Amino acid sequence: MNLTLKVWRQDGPNDKGRIETHEARDIPEEASFLEMLDIVNEGIITGGGAPIAFDHDCREGICGTCSLTINGVPHGPDRGVTACQLHMRRFRDGDTIWIEPFRAHAFPVLKDLVVDRSAFDRIIAAGGYVSVRTGAAPDAHAIPVEKENADAAFDAATCIGCGACVAACKNASAMLFVSAKASHLNHLPQGEPEKHRRVLGMVRQMDEEGFGNCTNQYECEAACPKSISVDNIALLNRNYAAATAHEAAVAP
Amino acid sequence: MSLVLDSKVPPGPLDQKWSQHKINSALINPANKRKFTILVVGSGLAGGAAAATLSELGYKVKCFCYQDSPRRAHSIAAQGGINAAKNYQNDGDSVFRLFYDTIKGGDFRSREANVYRLAEVSANIIDQCVAQGVPFAREYGGLLDNRSFGGAQVKRTFYARGQTGQQLLLGCYQALEKEIRRGGVEMFPQTEMLDLVVADGHAKGIITRDLRTGQIDAHVADAVILATGGYGNAFYLSTNAMGCNVMAAYRAHRRGALFANPCYTQIHPTCIPVSGDYQSKLTLMSESLRNDGRIWVPREKATAEKLRQGAIEPREIAEEDRDYYLERKYPSFGNLSPRDIASRSAKEVCDEGRGVAPTGKGVFLDFRDAIERDGAEAIKARYGNLFQMYEKIHGDDPYATPMQIYPAVHYTMGGLWVDYDLMSNIPGLHVLGEANFSDHGANRLGASALMQGLADGYFVIPATIANYLATQTPGSVTASHPEFKRCKEQVRDRIATILQVRGRRSVDSFHRELGTTLWDHCGMERNREGLQKALKEIPRIRDEFWENVAVPGNASELNQELEKAGRVADFLEFGELLCHDALHREESCGGHFRTEYQFTADDEEVRDGRTQPGEAKRDDTHFTYVAAWEFTDVGKRPTLHKEPLHFEEVTPSIRSYK
Ligand SMILES: Cc1cc2nc3c(=O)[nH]c(=O)nc-3n(C[C@H](O)[C@H](O)[C@H](O)COP(=O)(O)OP(=O)(O)OC[C@H]3O[C@@H](n4cnc5c(N)ncnc54)[C@H](O)[C@@H]3O)c2cc1C
Ligand code: FES
Repeated sequence: MNLTLKVWRQDGPNDKGRIETHEARDIPEEASFLEMLDIVNEGIITGGGAPIAFDHDCREGICGTCSLTINGVPHGPDRGVTACQLHMRRFRDGDTIWIEPFRAHAFPVLKDLVVDRSAFDRIIAAGGYVSVRTGAAPDAHAIPVEKENADAAFDAATCIGCGACVAACKNASAMLFVSAKASHLNHLPQGEPEKHRRVLGMVRQMDEEGFGNCTNQYECEAACPKSISVDNIALLNRNYAAATAHEAAVAP
Repeated sequence: MSLVLDSKVPPGPLDQKWSQHKINSALINPANKRKFTILVVGSGLAGGAAAATLSELGYKVKCFCYQDSPRRAHSIAAQGGINAAKNYQNDGDSVFRLFYDTIKGGDFRSREANVYRLAEVSANIIDQCVAQGVPFAREYGGLLDNRSFGGAQVKRTFYARGQTGQQLLLGCYQALEKEIRRGGVEMFPQTEMLDLVVADGHAKGIITRDLRTGQIDAHVADAVILATGGYGNAFYLSTNAMGCNVMAAYRAHRRGALFANPCYTQIHPTCIPVSGDYQSKLTLMSESLRNDGRIWVPREKATAEKLRQGAIEPREIAEEDRDYYLERKYPSFGNLSPRDIASRSAKEVCDEGRGVAPTGKGVFLDFRDAIERDGAEAIKARYGNLFQMYEKIHGDDPYATPMQIYPAVHYTMGGLWVDYDLMSNIPGLHVLGEANFSDHGANRLGASALMQGLADGYFVIPATIANYLATQTPGSVTASHPEFKRCKEQVRDRIATILQVRGRRSVDSFHRELGTTLWDHCGMERNREGLQKALKEIPRIRDEFWENVAVPGNASELNQELEKAGRVADFLEFGELLCHDALHREESCGGHFRTEYQFTADDEEVRDGRTQPGEAKRDDTHFTYVAAWEFTDVGKRPTLHKEPLHFEEVTPSIRSYK
């Protein structure tokens, strides 16, 4: 199939950026979206041009590296998959496809379609863990976990940290990401003791990084390649209220 | 001249070596720990676990990865599970049984003491992960669930749906982030190690490139740890992530570190078959599918032919016209036979013309019977996300029609040579996880790599690194040491040389050519003639690379082609090492199958029923050793050093899975 690509090109963090047009010729239907970009880049390189920079690694939907906004939708038209899992059979011969980076104030563009998502790491560092020293753990069966809780924790833990939720939100809020981590750990007895610290730490870091506020648009859930539920956000709001009350109560 | 390879395995009975060694190991007092800086290259399970734990102990740690976040290390992609000798199922598992299965699975080509230690610490790993909040699968009673995995007859595999690697890595990454926040670890994401600095015979630093800005830096330390993963991408198409590479290990090799058993590569039996030359990677379908899926091809070539042309559907093929070849050949292990055996059997039936994918290179993995037995819902609960992934990539619905699978390069058992303390022959250089050679011999059993990475990172290196550090004065080497300046210049020169070529062929095209050569001649089957051919081909591809590679842009920017070029340049040297090792090992064992060395009907072992024709024929008299290669020069044969393997606890036997 033949396609016309309208691609965001930006030479570096300080460049203004522009849309460039590229023709994608003879693309096999079985190719993945990223393989289509490989083919286009191969042509650019052998023609002496500068290839389109885009992030990717595992190419199977689990590492969270790929981060393309395709026709205005983070990760493209299919629900519940990442851009690297999107296949060209999803498009039609002759289509024009717009490809842009994940846009958000807190995700500055580094080059072309590559953005800086280190803010997510700093949010996790601010509380998204259980403090247990290596070697200090009790036997794994010492604390049984109710299956329902284990499953709820799991559903939230499937977040791959790609940032599609932020890119999809008109406020560029990171609430789905933060709430998924809080929900994962707060649902488990192992995460219970640090529940309040965790929620306060992560939410405050999120604000510091310049993510916007959540106004319940729910675009994040629709764009999430792992279909993480916005119910987690409601839970986070409750946890946050409890944590601030707790903080006020124990404050000297 | 051969080096003396001292594995430093401690004396004493096998089951007491590790505890005794820990007691005898050096201790560094907390005030002194703070004075030691350790570089950890890699943030996967091995590197992430090591960095977090060493920081908790009080060392100053700097950790590096090429991805934009440590959470994206390739360990994230592991699907199936992690082994541990917990015996929670009460089905007769024990440390000894896990040890024995691993040694036997490795075709008696690994070090007994290391493997025993691995089995021993496996149980602690599960405790640690659960305490971190890793959401392993549980039963209604609230306790952990287990499944069985290839090469084992007990249920000892812990899992988290089809994404065990992601959940384990997140636990590890969160521990790492906690230490970063505390100030114990300085993290350098998107920073690639381009060289190892060996000062006065000791590994004391690395040279890195900031992938966002191109800046070249030297990092000085008291010890260096490489946990940089495997080299499966030498073959271009593999189940590894696109960025996986051999650079860190290979650069260390060029600086004197011995590379052990590079020819032991693992081909995974259950991957989605190749469909065209545009293809960039192969997707693994977790081995856990073999618990419920049955593998078959048509009994007759003509039927397979009709299938390939789309004239008939798989469902129309009657039971008696199907050949469940693994169940037929290996009745007791059947579809759960070890990977090398399952892979080679698939190749065999496809070579006979009975393959099923359009290319003829595919076999069926069929869930019909499991769905009839347990219901579609139960199968969905077990494998839902894998089925969805398959359908996305392949287009067929595996609930309705069998999956098509074919073997693909997956894991590399070979790696830098290390002793019992996980230190290489260069003092101060330690190697963990898939990057070392240590525990899997010639073949790795499923769910054992995650176990090894975490064992190395959480439990082994935190105890053993003190044995080296205790001999060192903290900060004894500084960045003013001339070796740092020299290495930095060499790294800059190399980058400049790559950029100056300005040729006409893309980096990928060279990588693909190398990959095809390795797959054809040093893949699932090898022989003398093919390997000799590859050893002629590879230098030719390499020469053309340096004359004709097209790398646009410059060195002081984010330049993905330049990153790839550096990695492929190393693969082009490393490929030769791989073939030299495969050529010298005149036997078949585990993932290394030499067509010249297989059992035939004339062999006594076949006549007395211990094995069958076509099975791998080991040569214990001549090859019971680790082949550790020393770099000489590019294009020159490396020098072979041997570490003889001694078996005290087990007796090497024919590896039978009948
Ligand atoms: C698809 C797939 C599924 C798998 N499933 C299973 C399974 O179910 N069970 C199992 O036990 N095993 C499984 N394995 C194997 C297992 O995942 C790996 O062997 C293991 O995770 C490797 O861990 P590691 O820490 O050694 O390396 P990796 O996780 O590969 O980490 C390497 C790290 O090194 C960094 N790095 C590399 N080079 C450089 C450099 N030059 N400079 C700076 N940083 C560098 C990377 O950025 C990364 O952080 C699977 C493998 C694959 C490919
Ligand atoms: S490349 Fe890993 S999720 Fe897309």
